Amino acid sequence: MADPEIKSYAPHHESRSAAVTESRPAQAVLMAIVFAFLGIFLLLPLIIVFHEALAKGVGAYTQSLSDADTRSAIRLTLLVAAISVPLNIVFGISAAWAIAKFEFKGKAFLTTLIDLPFSVSPVISGLVYVLLFGAQGLLGGWLKAHGIVILFAVPGIVLATVFVTFPFVARELIPLMQEQGNGDEEAALSLGANGWQTFWYVTLPNVKWGLLYGVLLCNARAMGEFGAVSVVSGHIRGLTNTMPLHVEILYNEYNAVGAFAVASLLAGLALVTLVLKTLLEMRYGAEIAATRGH
Amino acid sequence: MEVRVANVRKEFDRFPALHDVSLDIKSGELIALLGPSGSGKTTLLRLIAGLELPTRGNIFFGDEDASNKSIQERNVGFVFQHYALFRHMTVADNIGFGLKVRHGPSRPPAQEIRRRASELLDLVQLSGLEKRYPAQLSGGQRQRVALARAMAIEPKVLLLDEPFGALDAQVRRELRRWLREIHDATGHTTVFVTHDQEEALELADRVVVMSQGRIEQVGTADDIYDTPNSPFVYGFIGESSSLPVKVENGEIWLADRPIGLAAPHEPSGEAMLYFRPHDVELLDGCSGCIAGTVAASRRVAGTRRVELEIGGERQRVEIELPVDHPAAQKSRVAFRPGRWKLFPDA
Repeated sequence: MADPEIKSYAPHHESRSAAVTESRPAQAVLMAIVFAFLGIFLLLPLIIVFHEALAKGVGAYTQSLSDADTRSAIRLTLLVAAISVPLNIVFGISAAWAIAKFEFKGKAFLTTLIDLPFSVSPVISGLVYVLLFGAQGLLGGWLKAHGIVILFAVPGIVLATVFVTFPFVARELIPLMQEQGNGDEEAALSLGANGWQTFWYVTLPNVKWGLLYGVLLCNARAMGEFGAVSVVSGHIRGLTNTMPLHVEILYNEYNAVGAFAVASLLAGLALVTLVLKTLLEMRYGAEIAATRGH
Repeated sequence: MEVRVANVRKEFDRFPALHDVSLDIKSGELIALLGPSGSGKTTLLRLIAGLELPTRGNIFFGDEDASNKSIQERNVGFVFQHYALFRHMTVADNIGFGLKVRHGPSRPPAQEIRRRASELLDLVQLSGLEKRYPAQLSGGQRQRVALARAMAIEPKVLLLDEPFGALDAQVRRELRRWLREIHDATGHTTVFVTHDQEEALELADRVVVMSQGRIEQVGTADDIYDTPNSPFVYGFIGESSSLPVKVENGEIWLADRPIGLAAPHEPSGEAMLYFRPHDVELLDGCSGCIAGTVAASRRVAGTRRVELEIGGERQRVEIELPVDHPAAQKSRVAFRPGRWKLFPDA
């Protein structure tokens, strides 16, 4: 999964003078190091995932994917993503709007707060929910009295996922909206548009590619999250196991084909995300260049 | 539509951007707000538009107090400094936007909106560019689209923020004349902000000169240029030279001798004498004149600008001479200002 902190930028093709170009052998060594590193740490594991998944043939592969518990894990993962991604879209747009377009006290603090999930270990964020909603937790008694189940059930998993993924959309939009400023919105208002029309016809189209990019990363993380979800899920087969958790269970039961079959789906998701992300960057990069040319 | 700004004060974070500003704009008038950056001219424009609300004071549209009305309710056409065209919309959609977002019966059908957009494009001389995107237009074309978009909502007042600021000199001059023609044709009450005095004096019916959040002077180009009412306006509009003088019994003295100018109504004491470098009368002898040694002389377009050292080394003033005037060759020049004004020492 792409690490959010390491943002890839479009390569700059700048003509370099001969004086600053390394000698041929040096170039070869540097490139060999990079390729060897990527090969060992990225490509090889990816190949092994698919190799192990298909070790006993395609039949065993499809059979393990049609297992009832596996299907339920896939459904749960899709459900969690389907809830947490829209929530984060709403939150991300609101936060980015507030930070980029208004001046208020505590703005810097809010910006830092949005980055919190990146700096906190996912296990801790899961644990926080246990301490809050667990039987011995702060709200545990009240929740039990009202018959509300959060922990070891879908709501807990969604909460943990939302927490871990909420920076993605916001962080993508904030710099974009800040750069674009208020000019277009003021123009729309002066032409008689109300707030909603301004948002719908002007603000949203201006940030749509950035938004899509954020949603993509958010979705990838929502489906792949392990740590936080693991703490709050309770690992109940067929009920509260998401795909990453299910991979672990199958693997611990020495069901290599089953584990790697599910893992191959997650790896496939990562690859699709990567391709879409690259396509978006090409598109989105052109968009940004066009705005700058204004 | 008449616009009246009455005793408006505007503060940003307790820092005053406008102090007690009052201004009457007549219906159909073309007004320039002119001043250096930080003079409050853009703030005043945004207050009239409703993009900002006054801290104190009122803004009237006709007889109606619009002070607390939102920008949507004021129905003003605003042209932004950097145009703020919607980059994902075509030119026609940009112009039609203000009609499209209307509600109920006031919203024209799509076809009517398209027809209006084409009409306005004709008016701004960009027919046939309906399907272009803003990124495919030149700066001057974007400016015209921005104006067409603002006029599409049939505004009561047209407000333009530095309308030609981002264009090169050639296009500026062309658009300036064109804006005047559009104004005369449509008769909108128009207010524009500029820091370019040439633009303001040439284009506007009346010019409002602003400095440090205050209005310094309001008047026609002739008023402003010929009878500036403050040292700031003298210095800001056109070229000016100044000298510290003394008034005694209605006579103006420079150091220890009179310079032949009478100021019967001025109180005695220290003052600054302001005049235009080109508006001077050259003299041969010097009994009652300003005389100085030529310190520098440079050719500026059709004239020669001469820097004179007056009374020792301290005071320097500039005057303009015809290029072939013999005085330009001399080392000593005597003159007397034609039109001049005294301001008491601050």
